[in-house]
Amino acid sequence: MADGARRAGTRIQAEPFDLGLEANAFAAAQTGAGAIVTFTGVVRDVASGDLAVMEIEHYPGMTEKAVEAFRAEAVARFKLADALVIHRYGPLAPHEPIMMVATAARHRADAFAGAEYLMDWLKSRAPFWKKEVSGQGADWVAARDADESALERW
Amino acid sequence: MIDVLYFAWVRERIGVPKEQVETGAATVGDLVEELKGREERYEAAFADLSALRVATDQELTDFDAPLAGVREVAFFPPMTGG
Repeated sequence: MADGARRAGTRIQAEPFDLGLEANAFAAAQTGAGAIVTFTGVVRDVASGDLAVMEIEHYPGMTEKAVEAFRAEAVARFKLADALVIHRYGPLAPHEPIMMVATAARHRADAFAGAEYLMDWLKSRAPFWKKEVSGQGADWVAARDADESALERW
Repeated sequence: MIDVLYFAWVRERIGVPKEQVETGAATVGDLVEELKGREERYEAAFADLSALRVATDQELTDFDAPLAGVREVAFFPPMTGG
């Protein structure tokens, strides 16, 4: 995508993204904001230290709709100037970025809260599934109760 | 005819990502019972419904949801995004 076409919104993609480039482009477009928060999730190694690949499956169509709905809700609820969500799917190597969110608001509390809200919903309600392939075999990552209960605070 | 989609380990247990099913089931739960009666692989995938989530026409719902007018049903484990 050409730089001129890059904009905030929801992007579900197989391709890698450049965290620095995305964060800078997002920040540059926020003329009225006083606070910008970014969060990046990366592929964590398994306990045995021999993760070969993390495969991320998703539900094309539903993923885009669900994530865009969470993004729009975050913007409305926390009065964000803007929000960006990028989430990848497909095979990812250890330490590669999986996803990022960026939020912009007049003040930092809303920017942080908006980013946390987005992360909590992406974790448990966006149709992605992670599989870890390592020397120990291939295992689907189980959802954590803590991630599910994190939704209750919203 | 209704499109039935499976993801993650549900897809692996059933062996296909998607299939078309001729059904008169009134609810998602009825469709599950119908599928379980067909073959062992469905029984294996749907053994514990508390471990499964369901979407109709790409919206999360529950097993009591009606199927009238629904074009697409998807079954999958709890999501692990982020």
